[in-house]
Amino acid sequence: MSKLSVASSPHHHNGRDTGAVMRIVMLACIPGMLAQVWFFGYGVLIQALICISAAVLAEIAIVELRKKNTERIIKDYSAALAGLLLAISIPPLAPWWIAVIGSVFAIVIVKQLYGGLGYNMFNPAMAAYVMLLISFPVQMTSWLPPTTLTEQSFSLWDAIHTIFTGYTSNGYSVEQLRAGVDGITMATPLDHMKTELLQGFTVQEAITADIFNGSNGIGWTQVAIAYLIGGVVLIKAKVINWHIPISMIIGALITASILYMIDSSLFGSPWLHLINGSLIMGAFFIATDPVSAATTNKGRIIFGALIGIWIILIRAWGNYPDAVAFAVILMNMAVPLIDYYTKPRTYGHKVKK
Amino acid sequence: MFADFDLVMEKLATKNLWDFPGGVHPHGYKTLSNTSPIANVSLPEKLYIPVKQHIGVDSELIVNVGDYVKAGQALTQSHSPFAVPIHASSSGKVVDISNHVAAHASGLSEKTVVIELDGLDAQYELHPLLDYTKYEKTDIVEAICQAGISGMGGAGFPTHLKSNSNKPVEFLIINGVECEPYISADDRLMREHAWQIRQGIDVLVHLLAPKQVIIAVEDNKPDALETMSIACQQQENYQVVSIPTKYPAGGEKQLIQVLTSREVPSNGLPIDVGCLMYNVGTCFAIADAIIEGKPLTKRVVTLTGKALNKPQNVWALIGTPVSHLLKHAEYSPTEQTYPRIIMGGPMMGFTLSSVQVPVVKTTNCLLSPSEGELPNIEDERACIRCSACADACPVSLLPQQMFWYSKAKEYETAEEYNLFDCIECGACAYVCPSEIPLVHYYRIAKSEISQQKIEKEKAEKAKIRFETRNDRLLKEKKAREEKHRLAAEARQQAMKSDTNAKDKIAAALARAKAKKAAQHADADTSVVPADTKVDDKKAKIAAAIARASAKKAAAAKKTTQNTSENAPTSTNVNAETPEVKAKNNESESAEDKKKAKIAAAIARAKAKKAKAKETKNNDE
Repeated sequence: MSKLSVASSPHHHNGRDTGAVMRIVMLACIPGMLAQVWFFGYGVLIQALICISAAVLAEIAIVELRKKNTERIIKDYSAALAGLLLAISIPPLAPWWIAVIGSVFAIVIVKQLYGGLGYNMFNPAMAAYVMLLISFPVQMTSWLPPTTLTEQSFSLWDAIHTIFTGYTSNGYSVEQLRAGVDGITMATPLDHMKTELLQGFTVQEAITADIFNGSNGIGWTQVAIAYLIGGVVLIKAKVINWHIPISMIIGALITASILYMIDSSLFGSPWLHLINGSLIMGAFFIATDPVSAATTNKGRIIFGALIGIWIILIRAWGNYPDAVAFAVILMNMAVPLIDYYTKPRTYGHKVKK
Repeated sequence: MFADFDLVMEKLATKNLWDFPGGVHPHGYKTLSNTSPIANVSLPEKLYIPVKQHIGVDSELIVNVGDYVKAGQALTQSHSPFAVPIHASSSGKVVDISNHVAAHASGLSEKTVVIELDGLDAQYELHPLLDYTKYEKTDIVEAICQAGISGMGGAGFPTHLKSNSNKPVEFLIINGVECEPYISADDRLMREHAWQIRQGIDVLVHLLAPKQVIIAVEDNKPDALETMSIACQQQENYQVVSIPTKYPAGGEKQLIQVLTSREVPSNGLPIDVGCLMYNVGTCFAIADAIIEGKPLTKRVVTLTGKALNKPQNVWALIGTPVSHLLKHAEYSPTEQTYPRIIMGGPMMGFTLSSVQVPVVKTTNCLLSPSEGELPNIEDERACIRCSACADACPVSLLPQQMFWYSKAKEYETAEEYNLFDCIECGACAYVCPSEIPLVHYYRIAKSEISQQKIEKEKAEKAKIRFETRNDRLLKEKKAREEKHRLAAEARQQAMKSDTNAKDKIAAALARAKAKKAAQHADADTSVVPADTKVDDKKAKIAAAIARASAKKAAAAKKTTQNTSENAPTSTNVNAETPEVKAKNNESESAEDKKKAKIAAAIARAKAKKAKAKETKNNDE
């Protein structure tokens, strides 16, 4: 008989490795991305390609430098997922170098310099997003209005052309593409509301713009719902727990409700906050990043709820119209503390006082 | 805090049970082995029976190499309550008693009795307690002990110890859950021998008088549920309960939680929450021991895995080498990267390093997977803190944090995270996407902590010993110093009294001289008494002068003489001198005699005083 192998129990495994987990998350992004393509053009697909390639190449380079098992690390798909999450967060027609800088920053600085997967304190995609937003505010806020409202329609080729050259094949700039039928540059619903409020308009006046349909931003609402579907799939597949997304959404809704009750002309309704911007996408795909999120169920509820609260507070008083990335990064810093104070009661132990 | 008896009964009646947190649902693979009846295996050539088969202390061997033993004959005995004897599983000759590879994850050797079987399977005489209700309870417990029964589901705790509880038992729980994948030994046993299991339960009920008996079977064993229900239907307070299939529902603590919502306190025992649990196999063995008088010499072992052509359950004699059973089940492995034979299930079993390992009382399964059947042994990846492990943990630990601190050897922190409450079920490692062998890390940490504790205790004892010794030495040193100080003082005292004594001696000598001079004068002018007076006066003056010079001399001596060890003796000698002298002068004139006598008496008294002082100082 051949020599027997010796191993420690358990000898069984459910067969879902890190790579499988990451792939499921990437697949769950598909509904949201399709909605993005439908309403905002092919840009997001090109960005995804650029970001994933850049992230994976950066990962290979630095893992080689660190003399680790490159093949095994690439196969965990974490770099690819980080790239994809960045791609769906940045404006679809942002120039290619934005995507590349962001991806490399996310992998090299935020992840690998902290020790690689599992050791990074911050969510790589969000840290990169914040860095880009602060460094390149113009490119990072050049969102397109939904295609139904634009004067210029543009094809896949136009999207590629614009991302790499700044102009469509017909020579239109991103600025021109952003113009509505009336020739006025259009912004994201939240951006628009922020600008209007700063100019002394009320929320009710702000949401009369073309980009709104009631308080639902056109396109943004559908994208949010599509990501919600993907998020439910993740919970069903037991890739994420419900605690963070649900508590984050509830935290945001409660905070928004309180503000709305205080002054409905200065603060948007809870529904408006929920359905516009990246709250839902962030709740299911960003804040749930296991490495940088709280790890106990109680901790996750606190973590999620505080992110929700931060998002609304920053949207209300901060300079940036959307705030998911900032809120997540802020709460990433609180994770060790939250984890420490939310240990569950072990079987056979009394509740600790 | 926990559900009381009535609430539990209500829940049981409505089949609305509790749950334990976490748990996993691995595929069962039970049908590989549970479709055919428990088969008998041919006798092996030799049996290898390890002397120690259970938790507890070693027993004393009562057979020697060369002895002929019959099936059921005890090989060891012990007066310790923590030991149960082992028995020869079949008849033959003891050919060796030496170390043999043991049924343990370590692969280490243990003292083993090797019996070469004669194939006759001659039985040792049996001592059944058929009508056990007529016996004292202690006799029944003793019979269970002498039958060598230790828990057959898990750790192998001596059964008679459990059965000897004085605390009230509310629930006697019979564990037929068998939650580990692949294993079907209890399943087959319940299906084929439900009646005998019932008899075993009856014995336990007689011993323990529980308020309620619960026979728990996982709902993936409908046949076993049915046979057990039929076997127990006449007993009013026996209830067969189907519990949802979830690993590790068969864990003692988890099953108690599912059935009663009660939690065994950390560092406590099930009896602390009114529960006692026995495995169905143990009940079967108890019935064998009491009704038939047969000791535990065989058990059901599941032979399974896709590397076996004929997976099945067999009656295996304790001590049968694994190789014999594998041959019986037609072990035919194809080319394998990691050929493994697992004793126990895939979740908590351990890999064997040799097929010569014998079947022991806790061996419920031998699993030989084919290539790809169980995951290969891979390097772990980095933990991504997904806490799938925490979600799977049945005792609500934070496996990821425990792993972190165990790996970093921060054992104190690991203990703060209740490392020692881990039941090593393996659910965490089963779900870990990074394929980290979490339980392995916990085992290492636990054993290192235990080791450290032993060493700490040792160091603690050594420290106490060292400090006590230091204290003792210091005390002795102080005592010595004090003694020296007193001795020195005594010497000084002696020196002082020495001066006085010398003084006296000089005076006595002077007086003696004066007397002699007086005698002289007496002889010369015996008729002139007036002169005597003058002479007397002269003598006195002479004496005074002599005294003064003696004093001076003594003073001089005192300054030069530092080591006056001889002082006492010299004092004595000198003190004696005047007496002698005084005696010599007895024939002196009456007046002189009288004076001399007085002087002598004074000298004596002073000498005595000096002596007394001397002895006193010496005593001190």
